[in-house]
Amino acid sequence: MAILVHQATRVLVQGITGREGRARARLMREYGTQVVAGCTPGRGGETVDGTPVYDTVVEAVEASGGIDASVVFVPAPLVKDAALEAIAAGVALTVLVGDRVPVWDVMEIARAAERSGTDFLGPNTLGVLSVGKGVLGMIGGRAESARSWFRPGAVGVASRSGGMTSSTGYYLCRAGIGLTTLVHVGGDGIVGLPLPAVVRRFQADPDTRCIAIFGEIGGSQEERVAEMMANGELSKPVVAFIGGRAATPGVRFSHAGAIVEGGRGTHAGKVAALRAAGAVVVDAFDELPAAVVKVLEA
Amino acid sequence: MARLAEFQGKQLLRSAGVAVPRGEPAGSALDATRVAERLGGAVVVKAQAWTTSRKAHGLVRFADSAAAAGEAAAAILAADAGGFPIAEVLVEERVAIVAERYAGVILDDRRRCPLVLVSARGGSGIEETAREHPEAVAELAFDVVEGLQPHAARELWRRVGVHGEEQRALAEAVVRLAGVARRLEAHSAEINPLVLAADGRALALDCRITLDDAAVFRHPELGIEVARELGHPPTPLERIAWDVEKDDYRGTFYFLQMREGFARGERVVAFHGAGGGGSMMGMDALARHGFSVANFCDTSGNPPASKVYRAARILLSQPGVDGYFGTGSGVASQEQFHSARGLVKAFLEEPLAVPAVVRLGGNGEETAIEILAGFTRELGVPVECYGKDTPVDACARRLDELVASFVPPPRPARRRPPHAERPYAFKTPTGEVTLDHSVCARCDSKACVTACVPQILKLAEDGLPVLAVTPEEAARGRCIECLACEVDCRALGAGGGLVALPVPGLDEYRAARGMG
Repeated sequence: MAILVHQATRVLVQGITGREGRARARLMREYGTQVVAGCTPGRGGETVDGTPVYDTVVEAVEASGGIDASVVFVPAPLVKDAALEAIAAGVALTVLVGDRVPVWDVMEIARAAERSGTDFLGPNTLGVLSVGKGVLGMIGGRAESARSWFRPGAVGVASRSGGMTSSTGYYLCRAGIGLTTLVHVGGDGIVGLPLPAVVRRFQADPDTRCIAIFGEIGGSQEERVAEMMANGELSKPVVAFIGGRAATPGVRFSHAGAIVEGGRGTHAGKVAALRAAGAVVVDAFDELPAAVVKVLEA
Repeated sequence: MARLAEFQGKQLLRSAGVAVPRGEPAGSALDATRVAERLGGAVVVKAQAWTTSRKAHGLVRFADSAAAAGEAAAAILAADAGGFPIAEVLVEERVAIVAERYAGVILDDRRRCPLVLVSARGGSGIEETAREHPEAVAELAFDVVEGLQPHAARELWRRVGVHGEEQRALAEAVVRLAGVARRLEAHSAEINPLVLAADGRALALDCRITLDDAAVFRHPELGIEVARELGHPPTPLERIAWDVEKDDYRGTFYFLQMREGFARGERVVAFHGAGGGGSMMGMDALARHGFSVANFCDTSGNPPASKVYRAARILLSQPGVDGYFGTGSGVASQEQFHSARGLVKAFLEEPLAVPAVVRLGGNGEETAIEILAGFTRELGVPVECYGKDTPVDACARRLDELVASFVPPPRPARRRPPHAERPYAFKTPTGEVTLDHSVCARCDSKACVTACVPQILKLAEDGLPVLAVTPEEAARGRCIECLACEVDCRALGAGGGLVALPVPGLDEYRAARGMG
């Protein structure tokens, strides 16, 4: 097992005819992901590197015999329509890679997803990668890089920073620790699958024995994970690092979600909440692999 | 998030039907006197600066005459708010108040919807009130599409003990506030205090609206120049950086000036991050080694080399830095040679005159390191480049060592593009490529053709490099501005390739500061 993406996941790429869509569809396929269709309004009938392109998502679903996940590579102003289209077509998981998606658009997407019982990852996400099984989005970049950086094992990685998702995975594997799935929840303040939703899936995944979290200042995601540990919803061990200790309150260092406002979402508050709930929180990022080893050996 | 000035927010509230005191902004004591004369009677003069506790800092003053209003304005305009000058005051009629309340619309990251928050106790900070008087505060999530319903707003005020005609008036105001927040796509919209005036009206005495930076492009009428959370009014260099970013959706470029007016030897460095998480860790590492950063910068999300180049040029337009430090997460999913080429072009043009340490770990890092370290040797200053197996702390330590032993070379002149004798030119999405065929004719390597990442160049029958696609296709995006036809050509070929990538306003900015 693993979470969110597997060998059998049938994938649609929205925006496959664009610069990023074309490149990333090829890289996803090279890693083993089943990219079965693409969608770009007005470009139906074309093919991109052998993948058929459809005008609408419903058409892609019907023609391809079913879609489990859609990865959206369109510019931010167009993300809402593309996401609502995938959700309306009943696609179970939509991955929104785009950065700078207006937050009121994200709230509309969240409303539609809740009503249809589907999920979305992002926006502003690097995506999700299940080691040796498949990737949605751009984690790992080239397939050969992803294969050499991430080895199979028993640790799930959940991160609020895209780059640090790969970093966390790479440094764990270099320390001899294998992984199930790496998830970047997205850098924005409001996201579809925040850390609590991701750790809930890791809790249910029989292959995942331990969860490594790269958290950040701002918002309430880490505090909610702590609540889940405290109330027994989450029983698997958690090892975490929280970034942004030295950040100035009120200043936003490019992640829309990473900001301390009105005394909420502080570094100290998150560390204290997680530690009180029984998580191991390391003070330096470099200490994370050793802490995970210790938890796995216990 | 971009912020609206109080008077701008109040104008928007008024046009949505929320009553506000009569008043006008003024930029001088004389203007303030005239506004006060027009208003007649007692007025209040308020600094238009985004800072808390304005009253305690003397930035809100009361005046009983027009002359006194002028004096109050003069005092406020001579003060500063957190180190930044105050350019404007708001002169308003004074209102007789019966009760002070609070109303705000914020976004809830848990429920992923807007939330309206009201309090029977206005005036002080809402967080403080919620702690000390929880019974006086109530909140309600509302549907992002359907909006806040009047009946729900009335019930909300009832829960905090507001009844009768006041309840009806405040509910109407809060529904309109929610409408303004929705229409502007605000990140937050607060009225504190929202008062019941002696004449029975609900009146917004203050107004704070922050916008969602990502939605500012849909609201040109607001006149937001720089849609960024800066914590201060945008600096000239931040405006230049924003112009580079605002219409270019290929990756992200974020620039924030943290310090100005420093000099060599103060251990201030230009900081070039990639990705928010890795950048924050990079700045922490620099701080551990006794450096401070002149700026925050983030180029990530697979930006083209051209965007990284423009970012680097802006960073290098900060005089007085002792070094240039770049780092990302260390294990980037994007191809790192794009960043390397962008940096090489900027470093050579400047030319860089301080040590640089750049951590370019991730995809293509071997190539990236070869390009950045190899193609910058002519500079005569150390440019060191590291990959994913070198921790960020080791890179910061290395910069420390280089800065300590650095002897500045004689300052060479800024490199000017040579005149092309036989130019072959085509437009790129944001610039122009010129291949000087008189130079290409004596080039053996033709590195431009082999290194071109999208492979859109070919050798014509005469052996000279030309486009393999139409010029229109190149300009529309087949040219991804990888910069190999300049950077690799200069290092490996005859040097006939040039990519002109304008940064509007930067030359004027530098000239005004003697930076050549």
